[in-house]
Amino acid sequence: MPLLEVENLRTYFHTRGGIIRAVDGVSFSLQEGETVGIVGESGSGKSVTCYSMLGLVPQPPGRIESGTARFDGIDLLHCSGEQLRQIRGKRISMIFQDPMTSLNPYLRVSEQIMEPLLVHEKISHRQALLKAIVALEEVGIQDAARRIQLYPHQFSGGMRQRVMIAMALISRPEILIADEPTTALDVTVQAQILELIRQSQQHLGMAVIFITHDLGVVASFCQSVNVMYAGRIVESAPTEELFAMPLHPYNASLQQSIPALHRKGDPLYTIPGAPPDLSHEIKGCPFIQRCAFAKELCQTSEIDLDEPVPGHTTSCQRVLRGELGDLRLKAQAV
Amino acid sequence: MSAFLELRDLRTHFPIYRGLIIRRKIASVKAVDGISLSVKKGEILGLVGESGCGKSSLARTVMQLLRCTDGEVRLEGRSLADLSSAEIRRSRVNFQMIFQDPYASLNPRMTVFDTLAEALQTRAKLRGKPLVQKIGELMRQVGLPPKQMMRYPHEFSGGQRQRIAIARALAPQPKLIIADEPVSALDVSIQSQILNLILKLCREMELTLIFISHDISVVKYISDRIAVMYLGKLVEVGSAVDVVERPLHPYTRALISAVPIPDPVRERQRQRIILQGDPPSPIKPPAGCSFHPRCPFAVEKCEMEVPNLEEKELARFAACIRIGEI
Repeated sequence: MPLLEVENLRTYFHTRGGIIRAVDGVSFSLQEGETVGIVGESGSGKSVTCYSMLGLVPQPPGRIESGTARFDGIDLLHCSGEQLRQIRGKRISMIFQDPMTSLNPYLRVSEQIMEPLLVHEKISHRQALLKAIVALEEVGIQDAARRIQLYPHQFSGGMRQRVMIAMALISRPEILIADEPTTALDVTVQAQILELIRQSQQHLGMAVIFITHDLGVVASFCQSVNVMYAGRIVESAPTEELFAMPLHPYNASLQQSIPALHRKGDPLYTIPGAPPDLSHEIKGCPFIQRCAFAKELCQTSEIDLDEPVPGHTTSCQRVLRGELGDLRLKAQAV
Repeated sequence: MSAFLELRDLRTHFPIYRGLIIRRKIASVKAVDGISLSVKKGEILGLVGESGCGKSSLARTVMQLLRCTDGEVRLEGRSLADLSSAEIRRSRVNFQMIFQDPYASLNPRMTVFDTLAEALQTRAKLRGKPLVQKIGELMRQVGLPPKQMMRYPHEFSGGQRQRIAIARALAPQPKLIIADEPVSALDVSIQSQILNLILKLCREMELTLIFISHDISVVKYISDRIAVMYLGKLVEVGSAVDVVERPLHPYTRALISAVPIPDPVRERQRQRIILQGDPPSPIKPPAGCSFHPRCPFAVEKCEMEVPNLEEKELARFAACIRIGEI
């Protein structure tokens, strides 16, 4: 049985400009100790998916229209606030993208790291502080006993992200949700932080949901990947397969457009246009306007995920009908 | 033939003052600290480095948006440092800049027409129909439909805004363009559109381009030569393919090994050099080679001697005393 199972999640934002369908029918599951990536461009709904599970979507304007998220027999989307508070920050915790805005500038780092312990466990202030110092040492901050009394502005970007990680891990969670934890950091620091998350994961045996827009990070970090586009999952597969045998034109062309994989001098492959406006209801495949293989059936038929290869699902109807061969070669030719 | 753009021992320091009544200079941030570099006409030079290493300060100094503390910038043999601010304003038609964030760099109260018309007026006083025509032409060049010229920036997406910013930079017909992280704020699928556009325009208009980015794969793809910066100094300069595929300087090696490759098979096989610690503060850079506290190859000598940028192989420069040994 999976540790977490999300089914048919829909989160809409009811704004003056209309209904924004940020997440529109997302299902995925997470096994114990597994690392799952959610990749997509900005606005594809990857963060909102995770915020919805933890009840972090402001309501209104947001509203969870349908779906379930089962974690240990509890439906996170429909349980009481009290039940969710028991889980959030203790059994499921989260690291956010920007450590500058997600740490409280008025509070010492010590208070922020201790908070999950003081809230969730019967523990004295003294003991909590000792545990917090250990947690800070574990994420590789030297001189933790002194540094824990400092304020966030006295830390560098990479150190702040380490503080965030210490905060998230102090309660020994079963699931860690990492929302673009390295996007705001330099590559050399990114490598340090990824290594740190990997080590803590092995150490604690927790499952990780890793949200990112960087296919490179996915390749090095995740076991399986869900590719999101316009609020839906369009393809999901084990990492190797996702790269070796893309089964959705969006994934295939996204990989083609990465400069790292291009020979110098060749023009970069580009996906024409821009992602669709989510305030209008999308009929058929959301990628249709930008897809090189779009046919009439992509507009008219019901778009459902299916599994042409065991463990590898796609929502592309033409791939499912076997009309397209190796997308990798095709994308190059177009 | 003399170089198109030449930087000679360029330094830009920002003083830090303390004291309300008696203001004393207590230190300075050495954002750009002795950079010499020459760029040929029509060349694309990539500039990489971590945040805070002085890439943007260097760009702004070359653009004369910041006055340098020492050294000089020569464009087509003329030193820009000697010019008065009025003269600089007049000569700025020759060098233009594209900024990172197209949300912040366009005036939200000006339509595309206003923005481009203002930029065009620097070269020639156009009015009425010829002006509209010229703006339409510019918009077509960057791949925007001319009928959208009366729209405001908020009506465009990020990629389209960056196209407007590019059109604005091209309007005065410059010879040199400095692009400061022009694609960092954009999504992958939009990024490749903008990169293709920049490359196409450079070829068509024989522009010289300095392309600043922290993304090495983008820089490798677009540039002829790459210069790597660390704490205000250049540590390595060479052809793009050489620098990325066979880096000489230990910092460049670490930087390149830290970039994730979008290929799980290769990713698992390769060896990573994980640097310890953060880049040091540019207020008090370490003595000797400023990279030595994080360098896996540092020896005692590195703490004393400041290495110079020297030609280690043909057309490949690096600032490290141990290159032959490692």
